[in-house]
Amino acid sequence: MTHAAAHAPQQHAHYTSTGLDSRKLGFWAYIGSECLLFGALISTYLVYKGRSVTGPTPHEIFNIPVTSISTFDLLMSSLAMVLALSAVTRGDKIWARVWLGTTALLGAVFLGFQYYEFSSFVREGLTIKTSLFGSTFFTLTGTHGAHVAVGVLWLTTLLVRSFQGKLGPEKALNVEIAGLYWHFVDVVWIVIFTVVYLLQ
Amino acid sequence: MSEQHLAEHAHPATSTYLAVAAVLTVITLVEVGVFYAPVFHPVLAPTLLILSATKFALVVMFYMHLKSDHVLFRTVFTLPLMLALAVAVSLMFLFRLLGS
Repeated sequence: MTHAAAHAPQQHAHYTSTGLDSRKLGFWAYIGSECLLFGALISTYLVYKGRSVTGPTPHEIFNIPVTSISTFDLLMSSLAMVLALSAVTRGDKIWARVWLGTTALLGAVFLGFQYYEFSSFVREGLTIKTSLFGSTFFTLTGTHGAHVAVGVLWLTTLLVRSFQGKLGPEKALNVEIAGLYWHFVDVVWIVIFTVVYLLQ
Repeated sequence: MSEQHLAEHAHPATSTYLAVAAVLTVITLVEVGVFYAPVFHPVLAPTLLILSATKFALVVMFYMHLKSDHVLFRTVFTLPLMLALAVAVSLMFLFRLLGS
């Protein structure tokens, strides 16, 4: 069942000859380019997988239970993000702030997990310079972590705008575009979790 | 507002979002279970890739609204995604990780 959730007039809508908002179309094109970036990074990781001449190996250092919890954390942040968009669209300021804050917090928690993981790997002797595995692993997951950090900053900015009273239903597209970015970061992690962590 | 714009903004209900979150959670638990269960090890790669692709599709279709959004958004996303996938598979063959 669906409902028209974002019918509020867009104050600054930029419709093109296609009838679609140019900002949203442009952002989808950006996400398409990000597919190629992460596709290249994941491919590079796979191509060099098992070709390191020194350890530690993925099997020796990955902590699957901890990574599973951080994966669950990121999945739940995506749920909070769609609930935030829904609240902004219907003009519910309180719940918009709650869900935007929850999304940013869950993103920050994910970054905390990544910091913990990276520190433990370094302690166990795996750095970006140690081996092909270290180089490709830290480049891939570090790039993803940087994207999460940008997303957390973006969400925090939206939260501040909401507290300033400048995030009403007419600005729902701004939240929707931030949501597209956040969900993309989530789907990239879905792939990384399987290809890097589970398929060792 | 035209019908095209209405279609562009038609989003799922909250109950749908919650249902998708529940399915994503269950699939993640199944993935971890499959990883640890020796009985699945002969078919570990295809099983995990199918589960991962299902999660990917659920997020893209329902949370990113591509299921109900305009076909142009789907095209702008799907074409580079397919290209990235083709590059990855080609590299796998080139480096003899597949087909040898």
